[in-house]
Amino acid sequence: MKKIFFPRLFQLLSVIWGVGTLTFILMRALPGDMAYRIAASRYGQDNVSSDAADLVRQELNLDQGAFVAYFSWLKELLQGNLGRSLVSDEPVWQILQHMLGHSLMLASVALLLSFFIAIPLGLLGATFGKKVDQGIVVFSTAVRAMPVFVVGLIFILVFSIHWNWLPVAGFGSPEHIVLPALSLAFTLAAISNRVVRSAAIKAFHAPFYRFAQIKGLSSGRTFLRHGTRHIALPVVAFLGIQLVGMIEGIVMIESLFSWPGIGHGLAHAIFARDIPVIQGAALLMGILFVVLNTLVDLICYRLDPRVRSQG
Amino acid sequence: MQSFLRLFGRPTRFFLLLSLFITMTASAVAADNPKPTSQNTLSISGPFEFTSLDPSKNGYIYTRMQVLETLLGVDNQGHMIPELATKWQVSDNGLSWRFKLRKGVVFHDGQPLDANAVVKSLLIAMAKHGTLAKAPISNIHALSEGEVEIQLTRPYTLLGAVLANYANSILSPDSYGRKGNVLAMSGTGPYELFQYAPPHKLVVKQFAGYWGKKASIPFASYLTGHRAESRVLQARSGQADIVFGVDPASIPMLQRLPNVSVFDDALPRTIVLKLNSGYPYLNDVRARQALSLAINRRGIANAVLRSPGSQTEQLLPASFADWHLPNIKSPEQPLVKAQALLASLGWHLNQDGVLERNGKPFELTLITYADRPELITVATALQAQWAKIGVKLKVNMSNSSAIPAGHQDGSLQVALMARNYGFVPDPLGVMLSDYGRTGGDWGAMNWNDESVDRDLAALQSVTDKKVRHQLAQHVAQVIYQDRPVIPVTFYKQHTAVNSRVKGFHFDPFERTFYLNDMVFVAR
Repeated sequence: MKKIFFPRLFQLLSVIWGVGTLTFILMRALPGDMAYRIAASRYGQDNVSSDAADLVRQELNLDQGAFVAYFSWLKELLQGNLGRSLVSDEPVWQILQHMLGHSLMLASVALLLSFFIAIPLGLLGATFGKKVDQGIVVFSTAVRAMPVFVVGLIFILVFSIHWNWLPVAGFGSPEHIVLPALSLAFTLAAISNRVVRSAAIKAFHAPFYRFAQIKGLSSGRTFLRHGTRHIALPVVAFLGIQLVGMIEGIVMIESLFSWPGIGHGLAHAIFARDIPVIQGAALLMGILFVVLNTLVDLICYRLDPRVRSQG
Repeated sequence: MQSFLRLFGRPTRFFLLLSLFITMTASAVAADNPKPTSQNTLSISGPFEFTSLDPSKNGYIYTRMQVLETLLGVDNQGHMIPELATKWQVSDNGLSWRFKLRKGVVFHDGQPLDANAVVKSLLIAMAKHGTLAKAPISNIHALSEGEVEIQLTRPYTLLGAVLANYANSILSPDSYGRKGNVLAMSGTGPYELFQYAPPHKLVVKQFAGYWGKKASIPFASYLTGHRAESRVLQARSGQADIVFGVDPASIPMLQRLPNVSVFDDALPRTIVLKLNSGYPYLNDVRARQALSLAINRRGIANAVLRSPGSQTEQLLPASFADWHLPNIKSPEQPLVKAQALLASLGWHLNQDGVLERNGKPFELTLITYADRPELITVATALQAQWAKIGVKLKVNMSNSSAIPAGHQDGSLQVALMARNYGFVPDPLGVMLSDYGRTGGDWGAMNWNDESVDRDLAALQSVTDKKVRHQLAQHVAQVIYQDRPVIPVTFYKQHTAVNSRVKGFHFDPFERTFYLNDMVFVAR
């Protein structure tokens, strides 16, 4: 347990410093005048001018050197202060709380739905002959080959336009989350069902599994006692990798469905050069990755007695 | 009832009565505090985000949703009309403007509107970025509880229009924090703020104490829809009652739907090419004229923007008679004329069909921005049209701030933009900042004409309508001839409106959505 926890803690601290520093350098390295970008986001396209940019530059002290700005950010971070948005002047922590809450909700529902899609599909592919499996491969490849916003658009056309069951976009009620979560879930399940299939085939052909059947256990009991845990291990491990892919999808999905999450917020903060929000969001996402991967490790630790006996 | 209750034991009776009491109280409270539902809420979808309560930053969304109001309003023709001020009087020397405030107006927080509240809001607006900061104001003070005076350092005919700008909205004194930041918004409009969830969602609730025409729809919500296709689908599914900024390609599809009407409204916003007149290839007026001649405006208006008739060679539409030249005709054989003009400047076509002079190709870089998606398609159309006369155009997609930044650092060659000449309801406001002595971030670059400069300065003090017309016509004529900018098309706002909404009409100055004029009709 300690072998998992302490390296992860060190990783967490490195990620906080690394991500913050990297975003700071990258944002400073971008071409174009930061003051103009911030002014455009603050005052809108019709009202951005050099006067507005000068005002922003003066107010935010943008002329100070990069080193001074970096160390002042680092000092604030050590005190747990993420600063204020350069565009809205709201505390970054408050903005992130709002966005992260929505993103986590969306991601959790999407992940849960993806399990409900991937596990039956994977087991179907592993259990029923070649034709079923090939059909699932074609379906998975087609879904994965489509950009996630196309998947989202198809769902809107079917569920919102054709049947008028669910809203096209927005947030604030449970039905608003269904389509964005379903779109994400399908793209996630398109790959994870293949992992489930491979793990299931491996388990079904293992000697211990056959032995359990030969000794007279019913196929359901064999699957529950000897199959689930073996199949779960690679699937849970794969989850850690999939979380990275989810970020890619979440930006597009949040934008398409007007969902006020962190992916979409981060993209807009980058356009606006709202550095404290970018740093805060990147930092939080970095922390989230480490925490979730630690969680995955801990689940694997619980599931796999071999790991427990080693450590 | 009593015999029914006797059927139960004492504790059960107590709980039954308690439940009944709670249910009735909850129903009464719910009736007094209705919540927004799809039945009682006018749902609006638009492309623009909001991040702040400050009117100087995102005031447009609050005046459009009719939470905030200004001292003066403006009608569809651009004439100033009373809003929170019922009368205004300008002194003979033009240095003092007096405003009589409307009686019986209350803010959403219950405070009455008085001169001190108006002075406080205007002084705070003046200290921030916006139109009032540029006005030659020496003093704003209360003359009495119901009268405000604004004193000027020089005559400034634009003041009325400036006061109608969203940034100069009047808020309750308790809305502001110590530094003039807006903490809680209380305006005077027919709707008050109900839910504020930046940057996506805003819900407003009808305000019973409104001084004017009261709203009949209990709630209205604004949802930022970033993607044009998502907004169109909201209109199609009926989720949104009103969708602003419908992309031209979706109009035919929406027009076929029985439950949606598409409104096309002309705006004082023009798609314009800003040229760097100091750039070696563009510093001769003949080059700028040739580029203008090579544009097939009708093709862009019809095929790209799907707004037949919106093509223009002028900055402002005919509804702004002072600034519109009535006798401009499109030339015949424009491409031949364009080629002749460029040949007279020493340009000739090389083997690749690109114009060349002294071994250098005629190559320009155009910057535009993605906030308005049609600009991208217009830019690619221009690329193809200019290629026909041998001008190679690189299109650079950027942020809107790249235009003022490029103007200031001198790197800009050509920019494509949708300029809002109604930002201040009198076009003089924008003309002054765009075509004054040093040009403007969104106007002329390295171009100056003394007569234009002189006439624009005079227009700030001249009140005689005839003289104003002559001066504005002269400015429009010089800009048309010299082409420091090249107008392409007038802008049309395409709005999809659901059939359950009656009373929709569009404000060309984009100050209000006229929510209190709308009603739901049974279908």
